Amino acid sequence: MFSYKKLLRLLAVVTTLIFSSTTFAQVDPGPELARKALEGKRVVLMPMAMGFDLAQGWNYYIGKEVNSWGGIFETRDPNWSVEAGAQALTDVIASKPDIIIVHNPDLRSYVKLYKRAQKAGIYVIQIDNRSAYNTEAFIGSNWETLGELEATAALNFCGEGTSGKIGLIQGEQVNASSIDQYNGIMNIVSKHDHLTIASKPYSGWDATKAQAVTTTMLQQHPDMCAIIDFWDGTATGTAAAIRAAGKTGEIALITTGGGEEVDCKMLNDGTIDAIVSTEIPKQSAAVNAVIKFLLQSGVPAGEMVTFNYTDETITTKDDIYPGYCWSLQRNAAKTTW
Amino acid sequence: MNAFSSIKFTQEKVVVLVAITTFVIFSIFLTGFFSTSNLIGLVRNVSVLGILGVGMGIVIIGRGVDLSVVSILAISAAYFIELLNAGVPMWSSFVIVLGLVLLVGAISGFLIAYAEVPPIFTTLAMGLFVYGFGRSQLMGQDVAYISDEYISVLDLGTIKFAGVPMEVFVFAGVCFVAMLFLRYTKYGRYTYFMGDNNLAARNIGVPVRPMIILQYILSALFSAVAGAIVAGTLLSMNTRIVNSTLLYDVILIVVLGGIGLSGGKGGIRNVIFGALLIGILLNGMTILDLEDTHQNLIKALILLGVIIIDTSINQRDEQTEKQGDI
Repeated sequence: MFSYKKLLRLLAVVTTLIFSSTTFAQVDPGPELARKALEGKRVVLMPMAMGFDLAQGWNYYIGKEVNSWGGIFETRDPNWSVEAGAQALTDVIASKPDIIIVHNPDLRSYVKLYKRAQKAGIYVIQIDNRSAYNTEAFIGSNWETLGELEATAALNFCGEGTSGKIGLIQGEQVNASSIDQYNGIMNIVSKHDHLTIASKPYSGWDATKAQAVTTTMLQQHPDMCAIIDFWDGTATGTAAAIRAAGKTGEIALITTGGGEEVDCKMLNDGTIDAIVSTEIPKQSAAVNAVIKFLLQSGVPAGEMVTFNYTDETITTKDDIYPGYCWSLQRNAAKTTW
Repeated sequence: MNAFSSIKFTQEKVVVLVAITTFVIFSIFLTGFFSTSNLIGLVRNVSVLGILGVGMGIVIIGRGVDLSVVSILAISAAYFIELLNAGVPMWSSFVIVLGLVLLVGAISGFLIAYAEVPPIFTTLAMGLFVYGFGRSQLMGQDVAYISDEYISVLDLGTIKFAGVPMEVFVFAGVCFVAMLFLRYTKYGRYTYFMGDNNLAARNIGVPVRPMIILQYILSALFSAVAGAIVAGTLLSMNTRIVNSTLLYDVILIVVLGGIGLSGGKGGIRNVIFGALLIGILLNGMTILDLEDTHQNLIKALILLGVIIIDTSINQRDEQTEKQGDI
C-alpha cells in the first residue's frame, strides 16, 4: 500500500529529476561557474619595466583578456630597478590580489617575496625569466632550448669550410635567460668539432656596450662566421659594430626577441639574419589559460608547480610576411578592449 | 711626509702612469691589442663617454656637477627620432630639440645660480624630470628607431675618414672646442676662478650667475652631441641607457683624470686621460674574455688604487679641508 506521504515524496523526486535534467539539457553551467570563479578577481603584472616591447605586449594581451572576463588588471612599473620592484611587490602583496605575474630580473631577488605572497594566498606566475624558486607556474622560454635553436641557426652560416668561429654577446652573468642561453649554445657547439666560441663578452643588456665589445671582438676575430646576441635590444648595437666594420652579410647576426614588428624590420633590412622569437601573443595566451585555470582550480597557493615553455622556432627573412610580427603600434591603436 | 714628496706627482700623472703601464702590459701580452685598428676602436668605444666627460668637466671645474647628462643624451636623441617619425621635417626637428636642450641647461643653471639650489639636487631632479617627461609625454615606448626614409641620411656609424670612424673626430672636435673655451676665452678663465673661489671671483667682477647658466647650457649641449652619436650609430635610441652606469662612468673619468670635485683644477687633457684609461681597461679585458663580474672587480680595484695613491701623495689643502669635497 502506498501511503499518501510516500506518494508525495516519489512525486517530488520525479519532478526534481525531470526538472534538473531539463535544465541540464538547456543551460551549460560552465559559463556561470567560470564567471563565479573569475569575476572581480585581481591580477597584477609586474615586468622589469613597462616601457619595452615584451612588457607592452603582455600588458595588452593579458590585460585585454582579464578585462574581458570581468577581472581587474593592474600593472606595476619598477623601471629596471630591482629595489623599486621589491618595494612594489611588497605593496602589491599587502593589497591581496588574487594573482601576481612577475618578470624576474635575476635568480634570487624576489624569492622571499614569492613565498610571502603564497602564504597570503596569492598565486604567483613567473614570466620569461625564471628564478631559483618555483611557484604555481613559469611561463616563458626554455632558454636552454632557445640557445640550442640560436646555435642551430648559426650552423647555417658556419658550415664546414668556414672558420666556424662564433662570437657571443651575453647579457649578464647573474641572469637566468643569459646563463641558460649560453648552456644551450654550448650543447650544440660541443657536438660540432669545427665550431668554436671565439669570444663571449657581456653587454649588460646595454646596446652601446654591445657595440663597444663587438667592435673590439671584430678586431680580434675578423673571420668570425656568426655572432649570437642574447637580446634583440642589444642587437642594434652589435649590428652597428658589424656595419661599421664593413662586415654586414659576411658575419651573420642571430638573436632572440619578442617577435615585435622591429624584429621583422631588422630581418627584412638585413640587420639580423635569424631570430628565435619568444612570441609574445602566444606566450600571453598561455598566461591567460593558466590564470583561468588557477582561479578555478581551488588549489591553495603554494601547492603546485608547473612549467609552460613556449614553443619556439628559428625565423629568417624567408619565413616572414606582412603582419607576421605583432605590432605595438597596431595594439596601441586599438584602445578599446 | 712621504717618500714621493720630492717629486711632484699629481693625480693626472698617476693616471697617465697607470694608463701607460696597462697599455704596455696589454701590448706585450695580448695578441691583437697593439694594432692600429684596435687602438682606433678603443678610442671610438670611449668617445661618447669622453664627450659627456668634457661637458661634465667644465661644470665640475666651475665647482658644480651635472647629473642630468645621460637623461639629456637619451631623451634629446629619442625625441628627435620621434619627431622625424611623426613627419616633422628634419631641420624643424633639429631646431625644436636644440631649443629644448638649451632650455633644459638654462633652467638647471638658473635654479643653481639664482635660486641657489645645490647643483647636485637641481641636476638630479632635472635628469629625472627630463627622462620622466620624455618617456611619458614624448614617446610611446623606450626605444625610438630611425625609420627607413632617414636611415641613409642619419647613418653616421659607417662614416670614416682615413679609416678613423666619425665618432673619434667628433670627440676630438669637442675636446678642441672645450679646450679653446677654457684656455683662451675670458669665460673659460672665469670658470676656473669660480671653481677656485666663488666669492673672490664675484668680488673681482666675474658675472658669476650668468656664468653658471652658461656652464650648464654647455654641458647640456655636449650631452645632446653624445646622444646624436649614439643614435646615429645604433640607428635607434634606447632610453634604457639612463639606467646604466654611464653617469657614474662619466664622473669617474673626470675625477679619475684629475679634475677634482672641489673645482678650479684640471682641464680637457684630464678628461682624455681618464677616458683612455677606462678604454684601455675595457678593451684589454674584452680581449681577455674576462667574465663581467671579474671585469667590474678589476676596474674597481684600479680606480681605488689611483684614488689611494692620489690622496696619499696629494694631501688635502686647507681650502678643500674647509669647503669639503662632494
